[in-house]
Order: sequence, then structure tokens, then C-alpha cells
Amino acid sequence: MSPRGSLRVGLDLVSIDDVADSVQRFGDRYLTRIYTPHEIETCRMSVEVGAPEELAVDSLAARFAAKEAVMKVLRPVGMQLDWRTIEVHRTAGGWCEIRLSGRAAELAVQAGIDELSVSLTHEAAVAGAVVVGWCAAREWRAG
Amino acid sequence: MTVDETIRLVLAEHARLAVPVESLTDDTDLFGAGMTSHASVNVMLALEDAFDFEFPEKMLTKSTFESVAAIRAGVLETTGG
Repeated sequence: MSPRGSLRVGLDLVSIDDVADSVQRFGDRYLTRIYTPHEIETCRMSVEVGAPEELAVDSLAARFAAKEAVMKVLRPVGMQLDWRTIEVHRTAGGWCEIRLSGRAAELAVQAGIDELSVSLTHEAAVAGAVVVGWCAAREWRAG
Repeated sequence: MTVDETIRLVLAEHARLAVPVESLTDDTDLFGAGMTSHASVNVMLALEDAFDFEFPEKMLTKSTFESVAAIRAGVLETTGG
């Protein structure tokens, strides 16, 4: 750790076909056990103007990758966090940020993580996310 | 079909393991055998379908799905079997 703090990095890749298969096979049960209402809503989009909205499975896959990347930053021991306590929130400006709740938020506090930053991407077959957590040095650690 | 046979059928269909299900012992680490976190979600949902129950929140841990023996224990505890 530097005098100013330390970084934690998490990276994950998810097959877009795997997520499409899960949506097809398990439908709403899969969606509501993993994603928040905001995440599901922001993954619905029209491919053409006037066309009905569809779930963008590549965006869902990127969000799953982000959740797993956050897990790697939070480093829970012997437990699996509720996936919905890690939310990829799309801001009005269009970029995404991580919002934690419940046990995930508690773990972040315990680890001294002050900020999380996320970047999402997807290509033809794979979606990925990288998450960086910033742990500022605490006064009691000084000296 | 026995509980073990059903569990292995679900693993064969959803766990996306790098090894054949037949090669798994009761204690083989499924994550070590190639099951991803995303695949474990599918395994969980497929087990719920197969046994007609829902895993309680307290059992949604990585350790519940880490081996055939662990899954069997979780299923039996939840279904009261």
C-alpha cells in the first residue's frame, strides 16, 4: 500500500451465448435472481426505431461480468453474495457505475473501499468487465 | 431416478464441466473442474426445477454448489429428505 492508499482490480469474461441460453431456458426466474429491476430495464432496447423492445443479452452478459469482477474486488470468504446487491447503474450521461447494497456494501466498508469504477465491453461472443476499487489510506495506518 | 442421478443429470446439462460427469467423485471440486459462476447459477435453477423447491437465501453460497456431496446435502436439507 502506498501512503495514499491501494488499488484492487477485478476482471471477468462471460459468454454471451451462455447468458442467452439462460434467458431462454429459465426466463424471468434467471433474470430476477441475478439482475436488479434497473439492470433489466436498461438492457431492454429497440434494435430499430419503432420496433418492440428486446432484451440485449450482450448487455446482460456484461453486467454479469461486472458483478463477478466486483466479487473479485470485494473478496468474500466462504460465501456467495446475492448478485442483486451489486448493481451496474447506468447514469443519465450513459456511462455505468457500481452501486452496492446489503452484504456487498458491508464488505466494501470492511475492506476500506471508498470508490469503485467499472468499464464494460462486449464483442461477438464474449462480454467483459473490469472493476477497480480504491482503498484510501486511513489516518490510523499512518506512521 | 435417485437424488444423485438427478444431480448428475443437471450437472451434465448445465455445469459446462471440462470433464465427463461420470468421472466426478462425490467430493470433486466442481469449480476446479471448470464450472463457472454463471454456470453455477444455471445449475441452481435447474436443481430447483428438478426437485420442485427453491434454495433459501442462506444456502446461496459457493460452498453449496462446490461438489456433488455438497449439492446433495443442500437438496436434502431443503426438501427435508
